[in-house]
Amino acid sequence: MPLVKQGKIVADGYIHVADDAEIPVDGAALVPAARFLSDPEALLKRSSPTGVIWPNNRDPEELVPYLDRLAVVALVFPSFRDGRAYSQARLLRERYKYKGELRATGQVLRDQFVIMLRAGFDSFEVKKDADAEAFAATVKRYTVFYQPTGDGRITALHQRMQLRHAENAR
Amino acid sequence: MYAYDEIDRTLINERVSEFRDQVKRRLAGELTEDEFKMLRLMNGVYLQLHAYMFRVAIPYGTLSSPQLRKMAHVARRYDRGYGHFTTRQNIQFNWIKLADLPDALEDLASVGIHAMQTSGNCTRNVTTDQWAGVAPGEVEDPRIWAELLRQYSTMHPEFSFLPRKFKIAITASAHDRAAIKVHDIGLRIHKNEAGETGFEVLVGGGLGRTPFIGKVIKPFVHGRDILSYVESILRVYNQYGRRDNIYKARIKILVHELGIEKFAAEVEDEWLATRESALTLDNEVVEDIRSRFSYPHYQKLSDTPDELAAASADPHFARWLKNSVAPHQRTGYAIVTLSLKPVGGPPGDATADQMDAVADLADKYSFGEIRVGHEQNLALPSVARRDLPALWRQLDKLGLATPNVNLVTDIIACPGLDYCSLANTRSIPIAQELTRRFANNDLAELIGRLHINISGCINACGHHHVGHIGILGVEKNGEEFFQITIGGRADEHAVVGTLIGPAVPFAEVADVIEDIVEAYLALRARPDELFVQTVERLGVEPFKERVYATR
Repeated sequence: MPLVKQGKIVADGYIHVADDAEIPVDGAALVPAARFLSDPEALLKRSSPTGVIWPNNRDPEELVPYLDRLAVVALVFPSFRDGRAYSQARLLRERYKYKGELRATGQVLRDQFVIMLRAGFDSFEVKKDADAEAFAATVKRYTVFYQPTGDGRITALHQRMQLRHAENAR
Repeated sequence: MYAYDEIDRTLINERVSEFRDQVKRRLAGELTEDEFKMLRLMNGVYLQLHAYMFRVAIPYGTLSSPQLRKMAHVARRYDRGYGHFTTRQNIQFNWIKLADLPDALEDLASVGIHAMQTSGNCTRNVTTDQWAGVAPGEVEDPRIWAELLRQYSTMHPEFSFLPRKFKIAITASAHDRAAIKVHDIGLRIHKNEAGETGFEVLVGGGLGRTPFIGKVIKPFVHGRDILSYVESILRVYNQYGRRDNIYKARIKILVHELGIEKFAAEVEDEWLATRESALTLDNEVVEDIRSRFSYPHYQKLSDTPDELAAASADPHFARWLKNSVAPHQRTGYAIVTLSLKPVGGPPGDATADQMDAVADLADKYSFGEIRVGHEQNLALPSVARRDLPALWRQLDKLGLATPNVNLVTDIIACPGLDYCSLANTRSIPIAQELTRRFANNDLAELIGRLHINISGCINACGHHHVGHIGILGVEKNGEEFFQITIGGRADEHAVVGTLIGPAVPFAEVADVIEDIVEAYLALRARPDELFVQTVERLGVEPFKERVYATR
């Protein structure tokens, strides 16, 4: 499954640790939420970057004490019809000010790239190779955005205000 | 009318190009039908019994004449020469080919029309009063707020994959023509003591297999806060709405299971955190949207012109005038409803030729504007009263002057088994038969206001729960049966109707309705006691007795 990060297909440096597998001493690792919460301080002291795989039915507020030390938060789309992780992403970015990598995992298709970026995701475990390859072209598809989110894109309402002010200033 | 600017047009064109790519990938087999399904639904494309069905949005029920002509063009070029107006200010085309859809969307985009979010588990077309901007006594034009909510909810990056569909309706009049109490969010515009615009917010209304009347979650949300408040409701719903069972996934179930107080507290907590955000609507932003709605340049005209007095000698005209013409905000003008319920016709259908002709009449008599209401009729919102006789003559020739607005034959019906893959029974033939039974205009007028609603399955697209008489099709051992409810209503006194007894077979439905109507005529306290008032006063028993005594 290709990983897209900063708009490019890259090698995934993280091992996904299964629920019952041992957490490696070295090497970047993504750890399931329950494992992480059982001993977060120890895990965050690992010598390599540590991230957490956070299920979409758990309140991300639980992660707040650790957000400045987590390298990755991986949110889950069990099916692309299940949109709970969009809310989690915006909360993590906009309310809890999480600055690390926010990864979309599960059923991730090109048709969600734009809204995922807008919700705050910056890396994507893409289900299909063709979709990963189409990333750069797909995210340029839209230039107009109606809602303000944490991604900083200017909204249509404010774009109009700017145009209006520019005209008045002329 | 709201005028799209370059920004709105760009987004619609970008959406069309994205959908063109999605259709191409589907036809090439790169997308499975399951993957494609959610994508096509969000562009209004359903797979029905016989073909793809294409649902196009008519935001807040307002159309310009070029837009209506473009609908006619789509009906003619890509479909079978007609379209079907729905109960949610949409139009549906029933016979369109998948490969043609991107072109149809592109043609519609050229006049600022789209099919975004007319289906799928997202915020649907925001609806409002079809008389917005012209209804006497309205607080203010609700379309300004409908447009703000339309923009806010279009391609929302957080709420495009909700547990289930989400419908918002707005009214600004004491008489609710938008059925806000049976929507996921209902908004009633009113002013606070300082004279500022805000909303009474209702949540958790809806029909389907578990009907609920919406409950007030907050009596006044200031206009500047409406987007953040709606966002808070949506965020709570997105996280906690049920996803394990499609029939329990609507917000009404969450509100019911939590209770309105608990749900309101969750929303309030969320709102405290989002209230002061970029979602706050500055007055300047609201005024910018308001400024892009253009209003007709009305003339100073008489409410009682000579033309009207002269024409009223004709009893056919007089009947239509009394039935289909309503008062307007401006002296000398009237709101004219165009009945899409001719005797023997499928409710809500219009041919391409009729659409073109209505567009021409709108140009000539109503400042180029057409409205679409949830009752599946059209309206010309601003007709000079002196022009009413001339307009009537032309509507009559087009078959659009049936004087049955709000009467027994003004039936709301879903497409039913004639088109729909979910239906258990037919709806349209029942409606057609009823229009024949009550075709006598004197009889219909004698009966007075009476809304019949027909749904061909429990999903309730024909809003049978809130019909004065509701007819619900169910399947029993492979045969079509119909449950009859009475006493429902969809307005500001919204209530779910009561079942009168066992379901009856297809062939008996029209007889049963005739029995109910006859019972009402015999039971009503006075000629102006409406059917729903008689049911409210007497309950269902006397009707039940009448219907089942001989069956």
